[in-house]
Amino acid sequence: MSEKHEITRRQFTKAGLAVAAMPMFYTKGAWAAKDFANNPGNSSKITLGFNVPQTGAYADEGADELRAFKLAVKHLNGEGDGGLMNTMKPMNLKGNGVLGKKVTYVTGDTQTKSDAARASAKRMIEKDGVIMFSGGSSSGVAIAVQGLAQELGVLFMAGLTHSNDTTGKDKRRYGFRHFFNAKMSGSALGPVLKEEMGTNRKAYHLTADYTWGWTQEQSIQETTEGLGWSTTAKVRTPVGAGDFSQFITPILNSGADTLILNHYGKDMINSLTQAVQFGLRDKQVNGKNFEIIVPLYSRLMAQGAGKNLEGILGTANWDWQLQDEGSKAFVKSFGTEYGFPPSMAAQTCYVQTLLYANACENAGTFYPPEVIRELEGFKFDGMGNGATEYRAEDHQCFKDVLVVRGKSNPSSQYDLLDIVKEVPRADVEYDASIFGGELGPYEV
Amino acid sequence: MQLLNGLDKGGAYALIALGLTLVFGTLGVVNFAHGALFLLGAFCAVTFQKILTISKKILDPSITYFDAYIEQPYLEIWFGETGLAIIDYAVPLSIIVTIPTMLLIGLAMERGLIRHFYKRTHAEQILVTFGLAIVLQEVIRHFFGANPIPTPAPDIVSGSAAVGTWIGLGENFVYPWWRLIYLAVSTAIISSVFAFLHLTTFGMVVRAGMYDRQMVAFLGINVQRKFTIIFGLAAVVAGVAGAMYAPILPPDYHMGMDFLVISFVIVVVGGMGSLRGAVAAGFLLGILQSLASMTAVSSLLPGIDQIIIYLVAVIILLTRPRGLMGRKGVMED
Repeated sequence: MSEKHEITRRQFTKAGLAVAAMPMFYTKGAWAAKDFANNPGNSSKITLGFNVPQTGAYADEGADELRAFKLAVKHLNGEGDGGLMNTMKPMNLKGNGVLGKKVTYVTGDTQTKSDAARASAKRMIEKDGVIMFSGGSSSGVAIAVQGLAQELGVLFMAGLTHSNDTTGKDKRRYGFRHFFNAKMSGSALGPVLKEEMGTNRKAYHLTADYTWGWTQEQSIQETTEGLGWSTTAKVRTPVGAGDFSQFITPILNSGADTLILNHYGKDMINSLTQAVQFGLRDKQVNGKNFEIIVPLYSRLMAQGAGKNLEGILGTANWDWQLQDEGSKAFVKSFGTEYGFPPSMAAQTCYVQTLLYANACENAGTFYPPEVIRELEGFKFDGMGNGATEYRAEDHQCFKDVLVVRGKSNPSSQYDLLDIVKEVPRADVEYDASIFGGELGPYEV
Repeated sequence: MQLLNGLDKGGAYALIALGLTLVFGTLGVVNFAHGALFLLGAFCAVTFQKILTISKKILDPSITYFDAYIEQPYLEIWFGETGLAIIDYAVPLSIIVTIPTMLLIGLAMERGLIRHFYKRTHAEQILVTFGLAIVLQEVIRHFFGANPIPTPAPDIVSGSAAVGTWIGLGENFVYPWWRLIYLAVSTAIISSVFAFLHLTTFGMVVRAGMYDRQMVAFLGINVQRKFTIIFGLAAVVAGVAGAMYAPILPPDYHMGMDFLVISFVIVVVGGMGSLRGAVAAGFLLGILQSLASMTAVSSLLPGIDQIIIYLVAVIILLTRPRGLMGRKGVMED
């Protein structure tokens, strides 16, 4: 009995559609047909979400980030002087929005609290329909919203976050960081510390008790012990402690000759001010001048610390006084728009927005897995800090890192940091596997 | 050294708690805006410093996209070294303007808002004064930003005193001059308030009013007016405490809230309405908090420095529900 092979009309249609769809797998932009979270479809606009601290201790930094985001949107839509779109290489942006769609935005307030930041990001994604969100000022917040980004399938382009965990054990496929991290700060600082402070010191750490503080303490300890220094003590301090006197007085009798302040923002300003009041900088221990190191610096912080920061070494992601074409273009654009120079937080937020937009143009779609693939391993220049690469393995950007020092004789109210050294990217690179973590799937 | 830290911190706590207790004891108002008065005092110092350093701006010609400049204070231009010395003493000099400013703010606050809530429930008083505190701190943030503002002490007292050398405990025992001054000033203010309440007729009437307001009124004394003045006095105490604290902790818009919660715990521990209790509890909890931060203690009991104040509060309230020196009948209805 012979078996009868009949093809129904339904089967024929299915097969035909499959064959017709096949080239899509090999064609740029073909993924546009696939649906995804907040797909703009035929809409003439897309919405980005800017989730920054608008209240709380980092409100000033958040305000500067927001200015940068707004400027980026303006430039993407073909308004203003174009900013870094004049210097970025390679670049596919045309000044007509992204993929021909006008860019709009919504803002949210993280309050520098993980729960508030997640709630705000969720509202942006579910209510406002954002296709990408960005913002920062705290690693705790960045890690929390990055997890949400992965869950909901919407890209998060992190702003200021410096913890190793963001692109280490807590890295996510839907999270990208342009800002440098604690490991890179340690690698950059090491040679300068050796040159200026020698190989025989005793370090005392005061560390903000959360993910960023822990990873910075670990990275700086690895660096200093690699130089031959010993670690006298590592003391965790509560975030927002205000009065640090009870943590500073034990240093006086500890035998340490170097204080490493793993504090940022208001905590750094307060702990440094009080360390100076307790005479640490006038002290001599073990025949050496007592030194203070602030591994992560920012100009906004320097304004708050005033004269206390003079001569103190640290690192920065970027500074408005850099003389490369990209930095000059951004300072010109931001300075003309707002009347003062951008902070490093502003610079990273601006660059992240442009990088996302460019990746969409490169991919020819907003479909997140394709945009992610475009960002992974993307090499670019002309955005400040020299030739840069978004490492595919952990979504960490690698670029030159600045070692800076609080300036003694500023030439203006913004001239607060001296750039001691621009440490080449090669010197701050590390193996992506050392921090563990899993990026997770492309499709969610 | 931790004992000195504790005394110093306790001084600030005691000053705020003293004002809170004065207001509660006289007016019966739970004033959650009291921390904001501490904040306003600190920003009196900041504003005074800013006024003294109004400067001529010398533009940096190399910067073209925005105005970058060096500032030279007019006081320096006009008076040279004398002008610089005046700027250097901005914080202590600011006390001269802080006292009348805070008195006016206190009186305006009491007449404009607080008096309308005398007969309302404590919950309503807390809501309205807490709301006022938030409004005040946001106004400060609007005008001064969120970042702490450096407000240094005069150069001559910006370093540390060799306390250890004085008392034979070695040269490593040093303590900042300004903190020693703060401790002395807070002790002096507390003593003055007690002296005022105990050694003057005005104070005697106020104390009598705190015990039995109706009886004092029956004697033909306008207790209300005296209590209004007491509110102003409490504002001055909080304001001066804030202004003097500015060099220790660069002021920012949130500093009032940071102190407020702890100060309320102190008032409760000391006993609602008890001035002596507030002062004693302020110093006690300040010292305990500092001692709990010692490495030997915190390594044995991690995180104890964060909860010690609340732990002591729980223990005291369990064993002495009226607090250390609380009076019968106060907040017990």
